[in-house]
Amino acid sequence: MNPSTGRQSGIDPRALWIVTFAFILTVTSFGKYEISRLTPLFLYPVAMTAFYGLPLKELGKRILLVLPFILLVGLFNPVFDRRAVLEAGGFSLSGGWVSFISIVLRSLLAVSSAILLVLVSPFDRLCLGLEKMRVPRVLVTQLQFLHRYLLLLKGEAQRMIRAHHLRCPVNRPKIPMEVASSMIGSLLLRAVDRATRIHWAMLVRGFDGEIRLQRPLSFSWARDGSFAAAWGLFFLLSRFVDLPGILSGWVLAR
Amino acid sequence: MHMADALLSPMVGGTMWAVTAGLTAYSARKLKESPDESRVPLMGVLGAFIFASQMINFSIPATGSSGHLGGGMILAVLLGPYAAFLVLASVLVVQALFFADGGLLALGCNIFNMAFFPCFLAYPFIYRKIAGQKPSQSKIFLAAVLAAVVGLQLGAFSVVVETRVSGISELPFGTFLLLMQPIHLAIGIVEGIVTAAVVLFVWKARPELFAPASGGVAALAGGVPMKKVLAGLALASVLTGGILSWFASSYPDGLEWSMAKTSGSEGLETPEDGLHGALSALQGKLAFLPDYGFRKPGGDEAPPEQPGEAVSWPAVDPGTTLSGLVGGGMTLLLAGLAGLVIKRGSSKRA
Repeated sequence: MNPSTGRQSGIDPRALWIVTFAFILTVTSFGKYEISRLTPLFLYPVAMTAFYGLPLKELGKRILLVLPFILLVGLFNPVFDRRAVLEAGGFSLSGGWVSFISIVLRSLLAVSSAILLVLVSPFDRLCLGLEKMRVPRVLVTQLQFLHRYLLLLKGEAQRMIRAHHLRCPVNRPKIPMEVASSMIGSLLLRAVDRATRIHWAMLVRGFDGEIRLQRPLSFSWARDGSFAAAWGLFFLLSRFVDLPGILSGWVLAR
Repeated sequence: MHMADALLSPMVGGTMWAVTAGLTAYSARKLKESPDESRVPLMGVLGAFIFASQMINFSIPATGSSGHLGGGMILAVLLGPYAAFLVLASVLVVQALFFADGGLLALGCNIFNMAFFPCFLAYPFIYRKIAGQKPSQSKIFLAAVLAAVVGLQLGAFSVVVETRVSGISELPFGTFLLLMQPIHLAIGIVEGIVTAAVVLFVWKARPELFAPASGGVAALAGGVPMKKVLAGLALASVLTGGILSWFASSYPDGLEWSMAKTSGSEGLETPEDGLHGALSALQGKLAFLPDYGFRKPGGDEAPPEQPGEAVSWPAVDPGTTLSGLVGGGMTLLLAGLAGLVIKRGSSKRA
């Protein structure tokens, strides 16, 4: 499930979670007509992607997948908010378009930060980080199991679909509802059987409800603390100081 | 029905996070009290089943469109509310992280909208009441359809409320409601029929799975003391709503608005000295568009405000837009350049 071809981060996952949440809170705390002041925040995904050599194509593909819904809801803003914010030479820009652009920027930032998290750190380590941050263990273990069996069961579903299409090419790609119900029911029974077998196999190997990692986490203040503090400071600076304003003033004054 | 971070304010996102965290902790505790905590692998595989089942696209009669199963109600029927809630929560976490469905801030909302309503309201109060202790084919069918419809309607309503309270989207409450409820009524009916068909399929093939006493998966199921759940929810909402309102993102800028409420002025009082003072002075000197508007030719003195003149927002000010475009574009360029430099440095080291 981790399609990363880049380097994995040695940063403690707790620091990664904290930085990601701080980033998303900073992005969403700006007013809805804010555009330029969101731009310094692009440094975070750009720097992380560049530093860890992450596959841009993978990142872009995942962002593109979610954009349609956001565009759909965001496009209502220009419809309902028509107050002009800029009129020059017959061209008029409405507040709705400004807030629409802001929504697109926010979603680019928020979505990329969440994807970055799983690209730079193995999922098991992220889960262990969650457990250290007092997320209930049962949910953490559940997440780890889900992640492990996802591809396995997807493969099973794909084989069922292929078998259906080979027997019944007329219905490709859509399957009639009553047939789909039986297929989902069969898949469910297979999943339950598989789960029971796994459960027994794990019990005889001494499973007590916790998945342990060979390399336990250790939070280093020098490495992880400074990583979180540096990004935190940058987010605060971006939130409370108009960096693009300073920059544009400096350039246009010359 | 996934909500996105971009349409959410931190106050709403944070409040729903706290509510969902409370529900998760409560469900985890209830599950711990069940006879066999190490049943978690079973829950994990069923979570993966939800993803796999969504690959099976079926045609919806008389519409020409296709759909897939949501799966929340099936999990509630098989696992009971607590385990089903945790499984759905884990599914939504994986969707947010790996498939960018929703977002991390919106996760609280999404878990609440798509897991709380089916597991803690529709399942105990509709499905169990109708299906009863001795379920029949018709009872299961009716129960599943009604529970799926009600669960989805409540979830869709919750999406509208959360989006509206966040104030990022301009969609009026009524219009959004009219868009969301009917479409989710149709989705709910289809979801309910398929859920009923799947539950009936499993009920006929493996009836023991539905018998808690036999040690089947339903052994994890149990009743829901709603008073406790609702009291916890109310408390969490009030507490976090109060604390997180500081982050409120609203008209025109949530943080400034809440500052104005608490301190009486629209921004933090800027200290005259120190780093902030130095930065402000630098900004004042450099900014040819101070505060996003063109600098007045006469100097720094602003004209006295006309009493009674309403301040319109967004203000029609070409300076604002030009300054924003120039500054924003340059910052993006700088961020890109920084990325190139970092990439070059890190590939040299590698």
